[in-house]
Amino acid sequence: MENVNSFEERFQQKIDNEEKIEARDWMPEAYRKTLIRQISQHAHSEIVGMLPEGNFITRAPSLKRKLALLAKVQDEAGHGLYLYSATETLGISRDELIDQLHSGKAKYSSIFNYPTLTWSDIGAIGWLVDGAAIMNQVALCRTSYGPYARAMVRICKEESFHQRQGYDILLTMCNGTAEQKEMVQDSVNRWWWPSLMMFGPSDSDSPHSAQSLKWKVKRLSNDELRQRFVDMTVPQAEILGITLPDPLLKYNESRGHYDFGEIDWEEFRQVVSGNGPCNKERLQARVKAHEEGNWVREAASAYAEKMKSKSLASVA
Amino acid sequence: MENQLRDYILMMADNVMILGQRLGEWCGHGPVLEQDIAITNIALDLIGEARNYYQYLGETEGKKEDEYPMKRDVRAFKNILLTEVPNGHWGDTIMRQCMFDCYHYYLLEGMTTSKNERLAAIAKKSIKEATYHLAFSGEWVIRLGDGTEESHQKMQQSLDDLMPYFNEMFIPESYEIWCHEQNIAPSSEVVRSSANEKFNAILTQATLQMPEKYYSKKGGKSGLHTENLGFILADMQYLQRSYPGVDW
Ligand SMILES: [Fe+2]
Ligand SMILES: [Fe+2]
Repeated sequence: MENVNSFEERFQQKIDNEEKIEARDWMPEAYRKTLIRQISQHAHSEIVGMLPEGNFITRAPSLKRKLALLAKVQDEAGHGLYLYSATETLGISRDELIDQLHSGKAKYSSIFNYPTLTWSDIGAIGWLVDGAAIMNQVALCRTSYGPYARAMVRICKEESFHQRQGYDILLTMCNGTAEQKEMVQDSVNRWWWPSLMMFGPSDSDSPHSAQSLKWKVKRLSNDELRQRFVDMTVPQAEILGITLPDPLLKYNESRGHYDFGEIDWEEFRQVVSGNGPCNKERLQARVKAHEEGNWVREAASAYAEKMKSKSLASVA
Repeated sequence: MENQLRDYILMMADNVMILGQRLGEWCGHGPVLEQDIAITNIALDLIGEARNYYQYLGETEGKKEDEYPMKRDVRAFKNILLTEVPNGHWGDTIMRQCMFDCYHYYLLEGMTTSKNERLAAIAKKSIKEATYHLAFSGEWVIRLGDGTEESHQKMQQSLDDLMPYFNEMFIPESYEIWCHEQNIAPSSEVVRSSANEKFNAILTQATLQMPEKYYSKKGGKSGLHTENLGFILADMQYLQRSYPGVDW
Protein backbone atom coordinates (compact mmCIF):
# COMPACT_ATOMS: atom_id res chain seq x y z
CA MET A 1 0.00 0.00 0.00
CA GLU A 2 2.82 2.30 0.89
CA ASN A 3 4.39 1.58 -2.43
CA VAL A 4 1.32 2.53 -4.41
CA ASN A 5 1.07 5.71 -2.44
CA SER A 6 4.64 6.64 -3.12
CA PHE A 7 4.12 5.94 -6.84
CA GLU A 8 1.10 8.19 -6.80
CA GLU A 9 2.93 10.84 -4.88
CA ARG A 10 5.89 10.79 -7.18
CA PHE A 11 3.56 10.96 -10.14
CA GLN A 12 1.71 13.98 -8.80
CA GLN A 13 5.03 15.55 -7.79
CA LYS A 14 6.24 15.31 -11.36
CA ILE A 15 3.08 16.93 -12.62
CA ASP A 16 3.28 19.70 -10.06
CA ASN A 17 6.88 20.32 -11.19
CA GLU A 18 5.65 20.67 -14.82
CA GLU A 19 7.59 17.56 -15.84
CA LYS A 20 6.04 15.50 -18.64
CA ILE A 21 4.70 12.03 -18.02
CA GLU A 22 5.99 9.65 -20.69
CA ALA A 23 4.53 6.37 -21.94
CA ARG A 24 7.04 4.24 -19.98
CA ASP A 25 6.36 6.08 -16.69
CA TRP A 26 4.10 4.76 -13.99
CA MET A 27 0.67 6.39 -14.04
CA PRO A 28 -2.59 5.83 -12.20
CA GLU A 29 -5.04 3.72 -14.14
CA ALA A 30 -7.60 6.50 -14.02
CA TYR A 31 -5.11 8.94 -15.55
CA ARG A 32 -4.46 6.50 -18.37
CA LYS A 33 -8.19 6.01 -18.94
CA THR A 34 -8.89 9.73 -18.90
CA LEU A 35 -6.18 10.31 -21.45
CA ILE A 36 -7.34 7.52 -23.73
CA ARG A 37 -10.84 8.95 -23.60
CA GLN A 38 -9.74 12.51 -24.22
CA ILE A 39 -7.08 11.95 -26.88
CA SER A 40 -9.09 9.43 -28.84
CA GLN A 41 -12.12 11.69 -28.70
CA HIS A 42 -9.90 14.39 -30.10
CA ALA A 43 -8.58 12.04 -32.82
CA HIS A 44 -12.10 11.00 -33.81
CA SER A 45 -13.11 14.65 -34.02
CA GLU A 46 -10.33 15.33 -36.52
CA ILE A 47 -11.48 12.42 -38.67
CA VAL A 48 -15.23 13.01 -38.49
CA GLY A 49 -14.46 16.70 -38.95
CA MET A 50 -13.18 15.93 -42.43
CA LEU A 51 -16.72 15.14 -43.57
CA PRO A 52 -18.63 18.43 -43.34
CA GLU A 53 -15.86 20.31 -45.13
CA GLY A 54 -14.91 17.48 -47.48
CA ASN A 55 -18.44 17.88 -48.67
CA PHE A 56 -17.47 21.11 -50.46
CA ILE A 57 -14.20 20.03 -52.09
CA THR A 58 -15.81 19.26 -55.42
CA ARG A 59 -17.83 22.49 -55.25
CA ALA A 60 -15.19 24.99 -54.14
CA PRO A 61 -15.68 28.19 -56.14
CA SER A 62 -12.12 28.59 -57.45
CA LEU A 63 -9.07 26.43 -57.99
CA LYS A 64 -7.17 28.33 -55.33
CA ARG A 65 -9.90 27.68 -52.76
CA LYS A 66 -10.24 24.08 -53.88
CA LEU A 67 -6.54 23.41 -53.28
CA ALA A 68 -6.60 25.16 -49.92
CA LEU A 69 -9.63 23.17 -48.81
CA LEU A 70 -8.15 19.86 -49.99
CA ALA A 71 -4.96 20.63 -48.11
CA LYS A 72 -6.89 21.62 -45.02
CA VAL A 73 -9.02 18.51 -44.89
CA GLN A 74 -5.88 16.49 -45.50
CA ASP A 75 -4.21 18.22 -42.55
CA GLU A 76 -7.10 17.10 -40.36
CA ALA A 77 -6.45 13.51 -41.44
CA GLY A 78 -2.83 14.05 -40.41
CA HIS A 79 -3.96 15.38 -37.04
CA GLY A 80 -6.06 12.27 -36.59
CA LEU A 81 -3.00 10.16 -37.32
CA TYR A 82 -0.75 11.92 -34.80
CA LEU A 83 -3.44 11.65 -32.16
CA TYR A 84 -4.18 7.98 -32.78
CA SER A 85 -0.45 7.35 -32.44
CA ALA A 86 -0.36 9.33 -29.20
CA THR A 87 -3.28 7.24 -27.89
CA GLU A 88 -1.53 4.04 -28.91
CA THR A 89 1.35 4.86 -26.56
CA LEU A 90 -1.19 4.28 -23.76
CA GLY A 91 -1.61 0.66 -24.73
CA ILE A 92 -4.64 0.59 -27.01
CA SER A 93 -4.62 -0.07 -30.75
CA ARG A 94 -5.95 2.16 -33.50
CA ASP A 95 -8.32 -0.64 -34.53
CA GLU A 96 -9.86 -0.75 -31.06
CA LEU A 97 -10.23 3.02 -31.04
CA ILE A 98 -11.92 3.02 -34.42
CA ASP A 99 -14.25 0.26 -33.29
CA GLN A 100 -15.22 2.39 -30.31
CA LEU A 101 -16.04 5.27 -32.64
CA HIS A 102 -18.09 3.09 -34.96
CA SER A 103 -20.02 1.39 -32.18
CA GLY A 104 -20.95 4.77 -30.73
CA LYS A 105 -19.02 4.09 -27.53
CA ALA A 106 -16.51 6.87 -28.18
CA LYS A 107 -17.60 10.44 -28.76
CA TYR A 108 -16.35 13.13 -31.10
CA SER A 109 -16.88 16.86 -31.09
CA SER A 110 -20.57 17.51 -31.61
CA ILE A 111 -19.89 20.51 -33.86
CA PHE A 112 -19.36 18.14 -36.78
CA ASN A 113 -22.94 16.99 -36.54
CA TYR A 114 -24.08 20.27 -38.07
CA PRO A 115 -24.49 20.46 -41.85
CA THR A 116 -22.47 22.58 -44.28
CA LEU A 117 -25.06 24.22 -46.51
CA THR A 118 -23.33 27.05 -48.32
CA TRP A 119 -19.77 27.94 -49.30
CA SER A 120 -19.43 30.50 -46.53
CA ASP A 121 -19.95 27.65 -44.06
CA ILE A 122 -16.44 26.57 -45.05
CA GLY A 123 -15.16 30.00 -44.09
CA ALA A 124 -17.19 30.00 -40.87
CA ILE A 125 -15.85 26.59 -39.88
CA GLY A 126 -12.27 27.71 -40.44
CA TRP A 127 -12.77 30.90 -38.52
CA LEU A 128 -14.98 29.71 -35.66
CA VAL A 129 -14.52 25.96 -35.38
CA ASP A 130 -10.78 25.86 -35.99
CA GLY A 131 -10.58 29.03 -33.92
CA ALA A 132 -12.29 27.34 -30.98
CA ALA A 133 -10.14 24.25 -31.49
CA ILE A 134 -7.01 26.40 -31.27
CA MET A 135 -8.10 27.83 -27.92
CA ASN A 136 -8.32 24.31 -26.57
CA GLN A 137 -5.19 23.07 -28.27
CA VAL A 138 -2.87 25.90 -27.39
CA ALA A 139 -3.68 25.16 -23.76
CA LEU A 140 -3.08 21.47 -24.40
CA CYS A 141 0.46 22.07 -25.68
CA ARG A 142 1.29 22.21 -21.96
CA THR A 143 -0.70 19.12 -21.01
CA SER A 144 1.08 16.72 -18.66
CA TYR A 145 1.24 13.73 -20.99
CA GLY A 146 4.31 14.10 -23.24
CA PRO A 147 3.12 12.39 -26.44
CA TYR A 148 -0.15 14.34 -26.33
CA ALA A 149 1.59 17.65 -25.70
CA ARG A 150 4.03 17.09 -28.57
CA ALA A 151 1.22 16.13 -30.97
CA MET A 152 -0.55 19.34 -29.98
CA VAL A 153 2.45 21.51 -30.79
CA ARG A 154 2.54 20.17 -34.35
CA ILE A 155 -1.20 20.46 -34.74
CA CYS A 156 -1.47 24.01 -33.43
CA LYS A 157 0.72 25.42 -36.17
CA GLU A 158 -1.57 24.04 -38.82
CA GLU A 159 -4.76 25.00 -37.03
CA SER A 160 -3.89 28.66 -36.91
CA PHE A 161 -3.27 28.51 -40.64
CA HIS A 162 -6.72 26.97 -41.09
CA GLN A 163 -8.26 29.72 -39.07
CA ARG A 164 -6.67 32.45 -41.14
CA GLN A 165 -7.71 30.69 -44.30
CA GLY A 166 -11.32 30.49 -43.12
CA TYR A 167 -11.31 34.11 -42.11
CA ASP A 168 -9.91 35.04 -45.51
CA ILE A 169 -12.82 33.28 -47.22
CA LEU A 170 -15.25 35.34 -45.17
CA LEU A 171 -13.36 38.57 -45.60
CA THR A 172 -13.28 38.17 -49.37
CA MET A 173 -17.01 37.53 -49.40
CA CYS A 174 -17.77 40.44 -47.05
CA ASN A 175 -15.91 42.70 -49.45
CA GLY A 176 -18.01 41.33 -52.31
CA THR A 177 -21.69 41.63 -53.17
CA ALA A 178 -24.59 42.08 -50.75
CA GLU A 179 -25.65 38.55 -51.53
CA GLN A 180 -22.27 37.20 -50.51
CA LYS A 181 -22.29 39.16 -47.29
CA GLU A 182 -25.74 37.86 -46.51
CA MET A 183 -24.45 34.34 -47.06
CA VAL A 184 -21.65 34.99 -44.56
CA GLN A 185 -24.05 36.42 -41.99
CA ASP A 186 -26.28 33.38 -42.31
CA SER A 187 -23.33 31.01 -41.84
CA VAL A 188 -22.13 32.84 -38.78
CA ASN A 189 -25.67 32.82 -37.37
CA ARG A 190 -25.72 29.05 -37.66
CA TRP A 191 -22.16 28.29 -36.49
CA TRP A 192 -21.74 30.74 -33.63
CA TRP A 193 -23.61 28.91 -30.86
CA PRO A 194 -22.42 25.42 -31.80
CA SER A 195 -18.85 26.82 -31.72
CA LEU A 196 -19.37 28.04 -28.16
CA MET A 197 -20.67 24.59 -27.27
CA MET A 198 -17.36 23.10 -28.42
CA PHE A 199 -15.83 23.99 -25.06
CA GLY A 200 -18.20 21.62 -23.32
CA PRO A 201 -20.55 22.02 -20.36
CA SER A 202 -20.00 24.94 -18.03
CA ASP A 203 -17.62 24.31 -15.13
CA SER A 204 -20.37 23.83 -12.57
CA ASP A 205 -21.70 21.02 -14.76
CA SER A 206 -18.49 19.33 -15.84
CA PRO A 207 -17.93 16.11 -13.88
CA HIS A 208 -14.33 15.30 -14.86
CA SER A 209 -12.93 18.80 -14.81
CA ALA A 210 -11.46 19.07 -11.31
CA GLN A 211 -9.44 15.87 -11.53
CA SER A 212 -8.29 16.69 -15.08
CA LEU A 213 -7.06 20.08 -13.94
CA LYS A 214 -5.19 18.55 -11.03
CA TRP A 215 -3.51 16.09 -13.40
CA LYS A 216 -2.91 18.90 -15.85
CA VAL A 217 -4.58 16.85 -18.54
CA LYS A 218 -6.61 20.00 -18.94
CA ARG A 219 -4.92 23.31 -18.27
CA LEU A 220 -7.86 25.69 -18.35
CA SER A 221 -11.50 25.11 -17.51
CA ASN A 222 -14.23 24.98 -20.14
CA ASP A 223 -15.60 28.38 -19.17
CA GLU A 224 -12.18 30.04 -19.15
CA LEU A 225 -11.49 28.77 -22.65
CA ARG A 226 -14.92 29.80 -23.87
CA GLN A 227 -14.41 33.31 -22.53
CA ARG A 228 -11.03 33.59 -24.25
CA PHE A 229 -12.60 32.51 -27.50
CA VAL A 230 -15.39 35.07 -27.28
CA ASP A 231 -12.92 37.83 -26.41
CA MET A 232 -10.75 36.96 -29.38
CA THR A 233 -13.59 36.57 -31.87
CA VAL A 234 -15.76 39.64 -31.30
CA PRO A 235 -13.23 42.16 -32.70
CA GLN A 236 -12.69 39.91 -35.72
CA ALA A 237 -16.44 39.90 -36.38
CA GLU A 238 -16.37 43.69 -36.28
CA ILE A 239 -13.74 43.79 -39.01
CA LEU A 240 -15.92 41.54 -41.14
CA GLY A 241 -18.83 43.88 -40.50
CA ILE A 242 -21.18 41.12 -39.40
CA THR A 243 -23.29 40.66 -36.27
CA LEU A 244 -22.81 37.80 -33.87
CA PRO A 245 -26.25 36.32 -33.09
CA ASP A 246 -26.34 37.14 -29.39
CA PRO A 247 -28.24 40.23 -28.16
CA LEU A 248 -26.54 39.92 -24.76
CA LEU A 249 -23.05 40.11 -26.17
CA LYS A 250 -21.46 43.21 -24.69
CA TYR A 251 -18.11 44.35 -23.39
CA ASN A 252 -18.01 44.41 -19.60
CA GLU A 253 -15.60 47.14 -18.47
CA SER A 254 -15.36 45.92 -14.90
CA ARG A 255 -14.58 42.31 -15.87
CA GLY A 256 -12.44 43.27 -18.83
CA HIS A 257 -14.24 40.60 -20.86
CA TYR A 258 -17.25 40.25 -23.10
CA ASP A 259 -20.45 39.09 -21.44
CA PHE A 260 -22.54 36.76 -23.53
CA GLY A 261 -25.86 34.97 -23.41
CA GLU A 262 -26.70 31.51 -22.15
CA ILE A 263 -25.99 28.53 -24.40
CA ASP A 264 -28.97 26.36 -25.29
CA TRP A 265 -27.83 23.41 -23.21
CA GLU A 266 -30.79 21.33 -24.25
CA GLU A 267 -29.62 21.52 -27.87
CA PHE A 268 -26.10 20.64 -26.73
CA ARG A 269 -27.35 17.56 -24.85
CA GLN A 270 -29.44 16.46 -27.82
CA VAL A 271 -26.56 16.70 -30.27
CA VAL A 272 -24.13 14.96 -27.91
CA SER A 273 -26.57 12.15 -27.34
CA GLY A 274 -27.02 11.49 -31.04
CA ASN A 275 -29.93 13.68 -32.09
CA GLY A 276 -28.08 16.42 -33.96
CA PRO A 277 -28.87 17.20 -37.58
CA CYS A 278 -26.17 14.89 -39.03
CA ASN A 279 -25.07 12.45 -36.30
CA LYS A 280 -26.35 9.45 -38.19
CA GLU A 281 -24.93 10.52 -41.53
CA ARG A 282 -21.48 11.26 -40.11
CA LEU A 283 -21.14 7.94 -38.38
CA GLN A 284 -22.58 6.08 -41.34
CA ALA A 285 -20.03 7.69 -43.65
CA ARG A 286 -17.17 6.60 -41.38
CA VAL A 287 -18.49 3.06 -41.01
CA LYS A 288 -19.05 2.79 -44.75
CA ALA A 289 -15.52 3.93 -45.59
CA HIS A 290 -14.14 1.47 -43.07
CA GLU A 291 -16.21 -1.49 -44.22
CA GLU A 292 -15.60 -0.83 -47.89
CA GLY A 293 -11.91 -0.71 -47.06
CA ASN A 294 -11.89 -4.16 -45.39
CA TRP A 295 -10.79 -6.04 -48.47
CA VAL A 296 -8.13 -3.43 -49.19
CA ARG A 297 -6.57 -3.69 -45.73
CA GLU A 298 -6.75 -7.48 -45.84
CA ALA A 299 -5.06 -7.58 -49.22
CA ALA A 300 -2.36 -5.17 -48.12
CA SER A 301 -1.47 -7.26 -45.10
CA ALA A 302 -1.64 -10.52 -47.10
CA TYR A 303 0.74 -9.02 -49.62
CA ALA A 304 3.08 -7.77 -46.92
CA GLU A 305 3.14 -11.30 -45.43
CA LYS A 306 3.97 -12.78 -48.82
CA MET A 307 6.83 -10.36 -49.31
CA LYS A 308 8.15 -11.09 -45.83
CA SER A 309 8.22 -14.84 -46.36
CA LYS A 310 9.76 -14.34 -49.80
CA SER A 311 12.61 -12.26 -48.42
CA LEU A 312 13.10 -14.74 -45.54
CA ALA A 313 13.30 -17.56 -48.09
CA SER A 314 15.89 -15.71 -50.12
CA VAL A 315 17.98 -15.00 -47.01
CA ALA A 316 17.85 -18.71 -46.07
CA MET B 1 -1.37 31.47 -79.91
CA GLU B 2 -2.22 28.90 -82.59
CA ASN B 3 -5.48 27.01 -82.15
CA GLN B 4 -3.69 23.67 -82.14
CA LEU B 5 -1.42 24.71 -79.31
CA ARG B 6 -4.37 26.08 -77.39
CA ASP B 7 -6.29 22.82 -77.81
CA TYR B 8 -3.26 20.86 -76.71
CA ILE B 9 -2.82 22.91 -73.55
CA LEU B 10 -6.50 22.55 -72.77
CA MET B 11 -6.24 18.78 -73.16
CA MET B 12 -3.26 18.65 -70.81
CA ALA B 13 -5.05 20.88 -68.33
CA ASP B 14 -8.47 19.23 -68.49
CA ASN B 15 -6.99 15.75 -67.98
CA VAL B 16 -5.42 16.62 -64.67
CA MET B 17 -8.26 18.92 -63.66
CA ILE B 18 -10.99 16.32 -64.07
CA LEU B 19 -8.97 13.48 -62.58
CA GLY B 20 -7.99 15.70 -59.64
CA GLN B 21 -11.64 16.59 -59.18
CA ARG B 22 -12.55 12.90 -59.11
CA LEU B 23 -9.81 12.10 -56.59
CA GLY B 24 -11.03 14.94 -54.40
CA GLU B 25 -14.23 12.95 -53.88
CA TRP B 26 -12.18 10.42 -51.88
CA CYS B 27 -11.04 12.92 -49.29
CA GLY B 28 -12.44 11.73 -45.95
CA HIS B 29 -13.62 8.39 -47.33
CA GLY B 30 -10.42 6.43 -47.97
CA PRO B 31 -9.95 2.81 -46.84
CA VAL B 32 -7.13 3.74 -44.44
CA LEU B 33 -6.15 7.15 -43.11
CA GLU B 34 -2.70 6.98 -44.69
CA GLN B 35 -4.20 6.25 -48.11
CA ASP B 36 -6.77 8.98 -47.71
CA ILE B 37 -3.85 11.35 -47.28
CA ALA B 38 -1.93 9.86 -50.20
CA ILE B 39 -4.79 10.07 -52.69
CA THR B 40 -5.46 13.66 -51.61
CA ASN B 41 -1.81 14.44 -52.28
CA ILE B 42 -2.22 13.25 -55.84
CA ALA B 43 -5.36 15.34 -56.22
CA LEU B 44 -3.44 18.37 -54.98
CA ASP B 45 -0.62 17.77 -57.44
CA LEU B 46 -2.94 17.26 -60.39
CA ILE B 47 -5.08 20.32 -59.76
CA GLY B 48 -1.90 22.29 -59.14
CA GLU B 49 -0.62 21.20 -62.53
CA ALA B 50 -3.94 22.12 -64.14
CA ARG B 51 -3.62 25.62 -62.72
CA ASN B 52 -0.25 26.02 -64.39
CA TYR B 53 -1.74 25.34 -67.80
CA TYR B 54 -4.83 27.45 -67.21
CA GLN B 55 -2.69 30.33 -66.00
CA TYR B 56 -0.55 30.06 -69.13
CA LEU B 57 -3.64 30.26 -71.31
CA GLY B 58 -5.10 33.00 -69.15
CA GLU B 59 -2.00 35.14 -69.51
CA THR B 60 -2.02 34.90 -73.29
CA GLU B 61 -5.76 35.45 -73.57
CA GLY B 62 -6.27 38.00 -70.80
CA LYS B 63 -8.52 35.76 -68.71
CA LYS B 64 -8.49 34.49 -65.16
CA GLU B 65 -7.42 30.90 -64.60
CA ASP B 66 -10.83 29.97 -63.23
CA GLU B 67 -12.58 30.92 -66.47
CA TYR B 68 -11.37 27.70 -68.08
CA PRO B 69 -12.50 25.08 -65.57
CA MET B 70 -15.53 27.03 -64.37
CA LYS B 71 -17.07 28.66 -67.44
CA ARG B 72 -16.83 26.10 -70.23
CA ASP B 73 -19.46 23.47 -70.93
CA VAL B 74 -19.01 19.75 -71.58
CA ARG B 75 -18.25 19.98 -75.30
CA ALA B 76 -15.36 22.37 -74.76
CA PHE B 77 -13.51 20.06 -72.37
CA LYS B 78 -10.75 17.97 -73.94
CA ASN B 79 -9.93 15.51 -71.19
CA ILE B 80 -9.68 11.82 -72.02
CA LEU B 81 -12.70 9.72 -71.01
CA LEU B 82 -10.69 7.71 -68.47
CA THR B 83 -10.41 10.72 -66.18
CA GLU B 84 -14.17 11.13 -65.88
CA VAL B 85 -14.99 7.50 -65.04
CA PRO B 86 -16.55 7.37 -61.55
CA ASN B 87 -14.25 6.39 -58.69
CA GLY B 88 -15.87 3.01 -57.99
CA HIS B 89 -14.12 1.14 -55.17
CA TRP B 90 -10.54 1.73 -54.10
CA GLY B 91 -9.26 -0.85 -56.60
CA ASP B 92 -11.09 0.83 -59.49
CA THR B 93 -9.60 4.18 -58.52
CA ILE B 94 -6.12 2.68 -58.24
CA MET B 95 -6.36 0.92 -61.59
CA ARG B 96 -7.61 4.09 -63.28
CA GLN B 97 -4.82 6.02 -61.63
CA CYS B 98 -2.16 3.56 -62.69
CA MET B 99 -3.30 3.67 -66.31
CA PHE B 100 -3.31 7.43 -66.26
CA ASP B 101 0.04 7.68 -64.48
CA CYS B 102 1.73 5.46 -67.10
CA TYR B 103 0.50 7.83 -69.79
CA HIS B 104 1.00 11.04 -67.86
CA TYR B 105 4.54 10.20 -66.79
CA TYR B 106 5.83 9.46 -70.29
CA LEU B 107 3.90 12.33 -71.80
CA LEU B 108 5.51 14.73 -69.35
CA GLU B 109 8.89 13.15 -69.92
CA GLY B 110 8.56 13.92 -73.62
CA MET B 111 7.35 17.42 -72.87
CA THR B 112 10.36 18.33 -70.75
CA THR B 113 12.24 18.96 -74.01
CA SER B 114 9.37 20.82 -75.66
CA LYS B 115 10.27 23.71 -77.89
CA ASN B 116 7.61 25.63 -76.01
CA GLU B 117 9.54 26.76 -72.97
CA ARG B 118 6.53 27.32 -70.78
CA LEU B 119 5.27 23.78 -71.35
CA ALA B 120 8.77 22.39 -70.83
CA ALA B 121 8.97 24.18 -67.49
CA ILE B 122 5.58 22.86 -66.38
CA ALA B 123 6.60 19.35 -67.43
CA LYS B 124 9.87 19.51 -65.53
CA LYS B 125 8.06 20.47 -62.38
CA SER B 126 5.20 18.03 -62.78
CA ILE B 127 7.24 14.99 -63.71
CA LYS B 128 8.68 14.86 -60.22
CA GLU B 129 5.17 14.51 -58.87
CA ALA B 130 4.14 12.09 -61.62
CA THR B 131 7.09 9.85 -60.74
CA TYR B 132 5.73 9.52 -57.26
CA HIS B 133 2.16 8.98 -58.49
CA LEU B 134 3.24 6.16 -60.77
CA ALA B 135 5.24 4.50 -58.00
CA PHE B 136 2.23 4.77 -55.68
CA SER B 137 -0.44 3.50 -58.05
CA GLY B 138 1.86 0.81 -59.49
CA GLU B 139 2.63 -0.52 -56.02
CA TRP B 140 -1.04 -0.58 -55.13
CA VAL B 141 -2.03 -2.43 -58.31
CA ILE B 142 0.60 -5.04 -57.46
CA ARG B 143 -0.36 -5.24 -53.80
CA LEU B 144 -4.05 -5.70 -54.57
CA GLY B 145 -3.56 -7.88 -57.65
CA ASP B 146 -1.26 -10.21 -55.71
CA GLY B 147 -2.95 -9.80 -52.32
CA THR B 148 -5.90 -12.06 -51.51
CA GLU B 149 -8.14 -14.09 -53.80
CA GLU B 150 -10.85 -11.48 -53.36
CA SER B 151 -8.60 -8.53 -54.12
CA HIS B 152 -7.18 -10.32 -57.14
CA GLN B 153 -10.63 -10.86 -58.58
CA LYS B 154 -11.65 -7.30 -57.88
CA MET B 155 -8.55 -5.92 -59.61
CA GLN B 156 -9.01 -8.20 -62.60
CA GLN B 157 -12.55 -6.85 -62.89
CA SER B 158 -11.29 -3.26 -62.61
CA LEU B 159 -8.79 -3.92 -65.37
CA ASP B 160 -11.44 -5.48 -67.61
CA ASP B 161 -13.79 -2.56 -66.95
CA LEU B 162 -11.23 0.14 -67.59
CA MET B 163 -9.29 -1.22 -70.57
CA PRO B 164 -11.82 0.27 -73.01
CA TYR B 165 -10.51 3.68 -71.89
CA PHE B 166 -6.82 2.88 -72.19
CA ASN B 167 -6.05 3.36 -75.86
CA GLU B 168 -7.67 6.75 -76.21
CA MET B 169 -4.66 8.19 -74.42
CA PHE B 170 -2.41 7.29 -77.34
CA ILE B 171 -4.64 8.01 -80.31
CA PRO B 172 -3.58 11.50 -81.32
CA GLU B 173 -6.03 14.21 -82.25
CA SER B 174 -5.02 16.48 -85.11
CA TYR B 175 -3.83 19.16 -82.66
CA GLU B 176 -1.50 16.68 -80.99
CA ILE B 177 -0.03 15.67 -84.32
CA TRP B 178 0.49 19.33 -85.16
CA CYS B 179 2.17 19.98 -81.82
CA HIS B 180 4.42 17.00 -82.31
CA GLU B 181 5.43 18.26 -85.75
CA GLN B 182 6.30 21.61 -84.18
CA ASN B 183 8.43 19.84 -81.54
CA ILE B 184 6.05 21.05 -78.84
CA ALA B 185 4.73 17.63 -77.85
CA PRO B 186 6.18 14.12 -77.90
CA SER B 187 4.98 11.57 -80.42
CA SER B 188 1.94 9.63 -79.23
CA GLU B 189 3.58 6.46 -80.50
CA VAL B 190 6.62 6.94 -78.31
CA VAL B 191 4.44 7.64 -75.30
CA ARG B 192 2.31 4.60 -76.15
CA SER B 193 5.20 2.19 -76.31
CA SER B 194 6.84 3.34 -73.06
CA ALA B 195 3.51 3.49 -71.22
CA ASN B 196 2.47 0.07 -72.51
CA GLU B 197 5.72 -1.48 -71.47
CA LYS B 198 5.48 -0.03 -67.99
CA PHE B 199 1.83 -0.93 -67.58
CA ASN B 200 2.35 -4.51 -68.74
CA ALA B 201 5.27 -4.93 -66.35
CA ILE B 202 3.04 -3.80 -63.47
CA LEU B 203 0.24 -6.15 -64.53
CA THR B 204 2.64 -9.10 -64.69
CA GLN B 205 3.86 -8.41 -61.19
CA ALA B 206 0.30 -8.00 -60.07
CA THR B 207 -0.56 -11.41 -61.61
CA LEU B 208 -3.30 -9.76 -63.67
CA GLN B 209 -4.32 -10.74 -67.20
CA MET B 210 -4.91 -8.25 -69.98
CA PRO B 211 -8.45 -9.02 -71.26
CA GLU B 212 -8.34 -10.80 -74.59
CA LYS B 213 -10.91 -8.64 -76.25
CA TYR B 214 -12.13 -5.18 -75.44
CA TYR B 215 -13.60 -2.31 -77.35
CA SER B 216 -11.70 0.98 -77.26
CA LYS B 217 -13.67 4.12 -76.63
CA LYS B 218 -12.60 7.57 -77.60
CA GLY B 219 -13.90 11.08 -78.09
CA GLY B 220 -12.87 13.00 -74.99
CA LYS B 221 -9.97 14.77 -76.67
CA SER B 222 -12.37 16.30 -79.17
CA GLY B 223 -15.12 17.05 -76.66
CA LEU B 224 -17.29 13.97 -77.08
CA HIS B 225 -17.62 12.87 -73.49
CA THR B 226 -19.46 10.32 -71.40
CA GLU B 227 -22.51 11.47 -69.48
CA ASN B 228 -20.34 11.61 -66.36
CA LEU B 229 -18.71 14.88 -67.28
CA GLY B 230 -21.90 16.92 -67.14
CA PHE B 231 -22.40 15.94 -63.51
CA ILE B 232 -18.78 16.62 -62.65
CA LEU B 233 -19.11 20.11 -64.10
CA ALA B 234 -22.46 20.73 -62.41
CA ASP B 235 -20.72 20.17 -59.09
CA MET B 236 -17.51 21.95 -59.93
CA GLN B 237 -19.09 25.02 -61.51
CA TYR B 238 -22.14 25.49 -59.35
CA LEU B 239 -20.98 28.54 -57.39
CA GLN B 240 -19.45 30.30 -60.37
CA ARG B 241 -22.63 29.69 -62.34
CA SER B 242 -25.01 30.66 -59.52
CA TYR B 243 -23.22 33.91 -58.71
CA PRO B 244 -21.60 35.11 -61.92
CA GLY B 245 -18.82 37.63 -61.85
CA VAL B 246 -17.99 37.72 -58.14
CA ASP B 247 -14.77 37.01 -56.29
CA TRP B 248 -14.43 34.20 -53.82
FE1 LIG C 1 -7.24 19.57 -36.80
FE1 LIG D 1 -8.09 22.47 -38.56
